[in-house]
Amino acid sequence: MIHFVLLISRQGKVRLTKWYSPYSQKERTKVIRELGGVILNRGPKLCNFVDWRGFKVVYKRYASLYFCMCIDQDDNELEVLEIIHHFVEILDRYFGSVCELDLIFNFHKAYYILDELLLAGELQESSKKTVARLIAAQDSLVETAKEQASSISNIIAQATK
Amino acid sequence: MNPFSSGTRLRDMIRAIRACKTAAEERAVVRKECAAIRASINEDDQDYRHRNLAKLMFIQILGYPTHFGQMECLKLIASAGFPEKRIGYLGLMLLLDERQEVLMLVTNSLKQDLNHSNQYIVGLALCALGNICSAEMARDLSPEVERLLQFRDPNIRKKAALCSIRIIKKVPDLAENFINCAASLLKEKHHGVLITGVQLCADLCKVSSEALEYFRKKCTEGLVRTLRDIVNSPYSPEYDTSGITDPYLHIRLLKLLRILGQGDADASDRMTDILAQVATKTESNKNAGNAILYECVETIMSIEDDGGLRVLAINILGKFLSNRDNNIRYVALNMLMRATTLDAQAVQRHRATILDCVKDSDASIRKRALELLYLLVNENNVKPLIKELIEYLEVSDQEFKGDLTAKICSLVEKFSSEKIWYIDQMLKVLSEAGNFVKDEVWHALIFVISNASDLHGYTVRALYRAFLTSTEQETLVRVAVWCIGEYGDMLVNNVGMLDIEDPITVTECDAVDAVEVAIKRHTSDLTTKAMALIALLKLSSRFPSSSERIKGIIVQNKGNLVLELQQRSIEFNRILQKHQKIRSALVERMPVLDEATFSGRRAGSLPTAISTSSGAPSNLPNGIAKPATAPIPDLLDLSSDDVPAPSSSGGDFPQDLLGVDLSPTLAPSGAGKPPKASTDVLLDLLSIGTYLPVQTGSSAADILSSSQDDKALASLSSLSANATSPVNAAPMMDLLDGHGPGPQKPKENGQAYQSLVAYESSSLRVMFNFSKQPGSPQTTLIQATFTNLSSNVYNDFLFQAAVPKFLQLHLDPASSNTLPASGDGSITQNLKVTNSQHGKLLVMRVRIAYKTNNKDVLEERQINNFPQNL
Repeated sequence: MIHFVLLISRQGKVRLTKWYSPYSQKERTKVIRELGGVILNRGPKLCNFVDWRGFKVVYKRYASLYFCMCIDQDDNELEVLEIIHHFVEILDRYFGSVCELDLIFNFHKAYYILDELLLAGELQESSKKTVARLIAAQDSLVETAKEQASSISNIIAQATK
Repeated sequence: MNPFSSGTRLRDMIRAIRACKTAAEERAVVRKECAAIRASINEDDQDYRHRNLAKLMFIQILGYPTHFGQMECLKLIASAGFPEKRIGYLGLMLLLDERQEVLMLVTNSLKQDLNHSNQYIVGLALCALGNICSAEMARDLSPEVERLLQFRDPNIRKKAALCSIRIIKKVPDLAENFINCAASLLKEKHHGVLITGVQLCADLCKVSSEALEYFRKKCTEGLVRTLRDIVNSPYSPEYDTSGITDPYLHIRLLKLLRILGQGDADASDRMTDILAQVATKTESNKNAGNAILYECVETIMSIEDDGGLRVLAINILGKFLSNRDNNIRYVALNMLMRATTLDAQAVQRHRATILDCVKDSDASIRKRALELLYLLVNENNVKPLIKELIEYLEVSDQEFKGDLTAKICSLVEKFSSEKIWYIDQMLKVLSEAGNFVKDEVWHALIFVISNASDLHGYTVRALYRAFLTSTEQETLVRVAVWCIGEYGDMLVNNVGMLDIEDPITVTECDAVDAVEVAIKRHTSDLTTKAMALIALLKLSSRFPSSSERIKGIIVQNKGNLVLELQQRSIEFNRILQKHQKIRSALVERMPVLDEATFSGRRAGSLPTAISTSSGAPSNLPNGIAKPATAPIPDLLDLSSDDVPAPSSSGGDFPQDLLGVDLSPTLAPSGAGKPPKASTDVLLDLLSIGTYLPVQTGSSAADILSSSQDDKALASLSSLSANATSPVNAAPMMDLLDGHGPGPQKPKENGQAYQSLVAYESSSLRVMFNFSKQPGSPQTTLIQATFTNLSSNVYNDFLFQAAVPKFLQLHLDPASSNTLPASGDGSITQNLKVTNSQHGKLLVMRVRIAYKTNNKDVLEERQINNFPQNL
């Protein structure tokens, strides 16, 4: 099971956190600080796994961002690497060659994508196309609702003119 | 728009925060935003609720408190539109976790949304439920989720499946409701549903043996077929990952097959073909392929034995191990660790490679490799491996030295059949990484040295040499100083010279020099300096000619600012000046420590100041009272780094000096020690046949008397059995007693307590028998009896206990550390518990460690069912 997902920038700034196991706010800050210290200081050619408090943290760097996932001792590290890559590819498709700024200004969208990919700390969907389709459908629902709202307010505005 | 609500958009806020140059600036911006959001919340401003929550989420990611926004999430979730719900649920998952009570308020909205006509809203609700639901919510909403497992849209079914995992993890009782639905998910074609369904089945198997049986019988065949289909499936762009169709599905199927095959030969048999196919056909040049191979190897290792497959698996691991990719090497080490229990021989073949990995530049790989190597060491290869490891110790990173040292020490101790080898290796470790050596390790070394009388001379010379070359390692200095103090004469006179040694000439002056260096070395800590002072005192008697010089060094420390050192110096100085006659008797060599006592002490709570009975000074062998009492117990305890010697520790001194086993003397003399034989009267009654009739009689008498007048018995308990029985026992007992007084008469001091089965597992039973000493109702003596219920002998048996602060616990050494199999004998250990809040129920946490079949077993338990009034 994936216990949490962290996206940390090379400067140690947190870009996204998702906790599938309960951690209090205090613990979260501590975890981020601890892991940030360990992972950011590792050299480029080393393996992508860190033993940490009886768990394993799998991380991978994409440009300036580190994607980290914490898993149980008996989980498959190589698969988690693959899941991270899967996530990045979906983000890339959605944003069109994603960069850190996309994730900062549209963090909620990154969360929506993550929620279509992982649930309860387990992988939910292995098809990038399906995830993209589901996200697009929900985005368009939001758009329609917005349009409706603005057209109603237009009508009201015109009626009260 | 109200004038207080913030007009900034989310994007503007993020820009403003990013523009901050310092943390203080950022805090100011966030504070301002938070104030605006709070104001807006108080206004109950509906238009900006959406935007406020989005801002709060961003603030939350930055690590600022956002609890005040929790209710806003609930409000958004309760609104009708999809956009509001979408952001509301996202906020709920970010801002809350299962432990917040606010979460309960959302249950109703969740229930409504799970039944919503819009499938995307159902999806949102499932997502929130799966990510943060509490046990209560899981129970309340489980029926909805069960129903959704059969929803028409597969994307809802897959979410419901993962949601079910969360539910059964929170409430395992609900597992059986999901078994049938989960099994039907396995027949699906949609990959998302299949992946989540397989995962659900795997988790069901973990919480319910019923589910495991069911899936094993009904689904193994189908799963094997699904796996075969996916392995042989043609290229499909939607699921392709570097040439492999859906590796995630592969891996999950293999994982579930592993669970089903474990411990079931029939099921294992059915999956061997496909496992062989996966193991041989999977491409290993990409990460996805390796991930599948890795999972496949683990499944092969876990299912019931099939020699051919195992060879295949170990070969794959061998290939992994020689891979250039660090990730692959890491997982290979990881898996070989598990393989050692199955086929140690095959893993041994890779020993050289593993040893190389210990020296890798990557900390993660080093750690794994060291753990693996630790498992591989045996009688035959220990010497070369330890040699390699110690050589590596010289060049390893500082951060790694701690781990490495601990492992080396543990191995050297484990295979320490040859004392000279053990001492040699430990000296090397001490000189290389003495600062990383734990206290108990060098204590153990001193213990071994003092027991190896033929090696005293050799050791002290070797230590002296090592000390001359490196004084940086604290523990090396300590051990060297201790040995020079004890065996200084052997150092100077080359006593007990071994063939392998180079001759060395050390004068008395050199030896004293060495100790002086230790005491003056500014990096030496208090313990080392204190030990050096004692060594000097000892040397003053060993080298009469250097006596004056030693006195000079001791006198220099009389003004030491550290009280402990000052006191020692003053006391030692007095001994040197005024008590020349008894000095030599006082500083004789330490008696050899009894092994059982040592291991008992090591295991038990090493008390800083053992509280012993009063009247000890009268036992002093040579009439010296105070001055010498402080340091000498320390010599044995080797833990002088605490408070200035407590006066009560004077009691330890004569006993230690005489080499008396501490265990019996610890019980205050006034009360006599707790009976060795079981005081469990009921048990005695039941076992009449096996005990002497005499003993039965006396314990029966105790039963009767305990119901009458306990105090009378207590006062008489020190009398002989003959005297006791006429007073208390019925005439029938007299008859029995007439046979003569029992040699092992149990003494019931105070009340009789029913004995307690403190702990019972399939492998071990722990009985506690309680007794009290008259006059101290707060103190309970507990005799713990350990019985082995399995058919294997337990070695290195170790019992540890911890109590809360209101209790004080003292553990005596156990009667043995080997527990024979099948209840054929037992270990007893005495505990003394003092309850500072007499009347409050005792609690104790116990931990039992032992080795059986070369495997370390650790059992832990909290004991809450102590009798009252202890």
